Amino acid sequence: MAEARQAVERPLSPHLTIYARQINMVMSILHRLTGAALYFGTLLLAAWLIAAAMGEQEFETVNAVFGHPIGRLVLLGYTWALVHHMLGGMRHLLWDTGRGLQIAQVNALSWLTIIGSTVLTLAIWVAGLLLRGEL
Amino acid sequence: MAYRTPLARVRGLGSAKEGAGHFWRQRLTAVANIFLVAFLVWLLVTLAGEDHATVENALAQPHVAIPLLLLVLSGLVHMRLGMQTIIEDYVHSEGSKVILLMLNSFFVVAVGLVCVFAVLKLSFGA
Repeated sequence: MAEARQAVERPLSPHLTIYARQINMVMSILHRLTGAALYFGTLLLAAWLIAAAMGEQEFETVNAVFGHPIGRLVLLGYTWALVHHMLGGMRHLLWDTGRGLQIAQVNALSWLTIIGSTVLTLAIWVAGLLLRGEL
Repeated sequence: MAYRTPLARVRGLGSAKEGAGHFWRQRLTAVANIFLVAFLVWLLVTLAGEDHATVENALAQPHVAIPLLLLVLSGLVHMRLGMQTIIEDYVHSEGSKVILLMLNSFFVVAVGLVCVFAVLKLSFGA
């Protein structure tokens, strides 16, 4: 229905390719990307839970996959996506109240999101590895 | 004063009157997820790499199983809304959009049922 009306070629407004990259814009893109990644990442949680419910053998298999260096890398990425999306979401909740919308504040909050998500992710993994005695 | 023609209304291209509900549920689950995700991170940090018996025991405890079920519920509602927005933003052909929106719901319900079934089975034993 909608397609039928797009016969006329109209000029496009400036888009991603023409804007100078800004930290706020990068955080906006990352927020959507991490959200989409977490969407499919729920399969990891579902696999872990259903394996635990099925039995020891199935659980050991899933544990081995998650414990493999590649599995761990995926889980590290999953942790970062989770923390990053959470901090980005808190930024959006603040904006919903009308606060923090001055350009300097927006930039500061954006940097806080990326630095905060990196630091928190590392802290979570250091805690986990320390608990395992692997560090 | 109405600027839209009756035809445009019939074509259903206007507001579906669901925007406020979508916005509110997204925020409501977002706030819930802050606490529930913090719980999940704590749970996974303590249980990562543990053997089956330990994990089985931990997940069967009500103070673990209940927040976990809440997280699954709140998280899946949140991500279904988010993926709906992504689909509506990028997919403009009516047919593909409807199919993807259906797949979105199917995926979320399937993942949700697997998680809930697993936690309940661990909790009630079998």
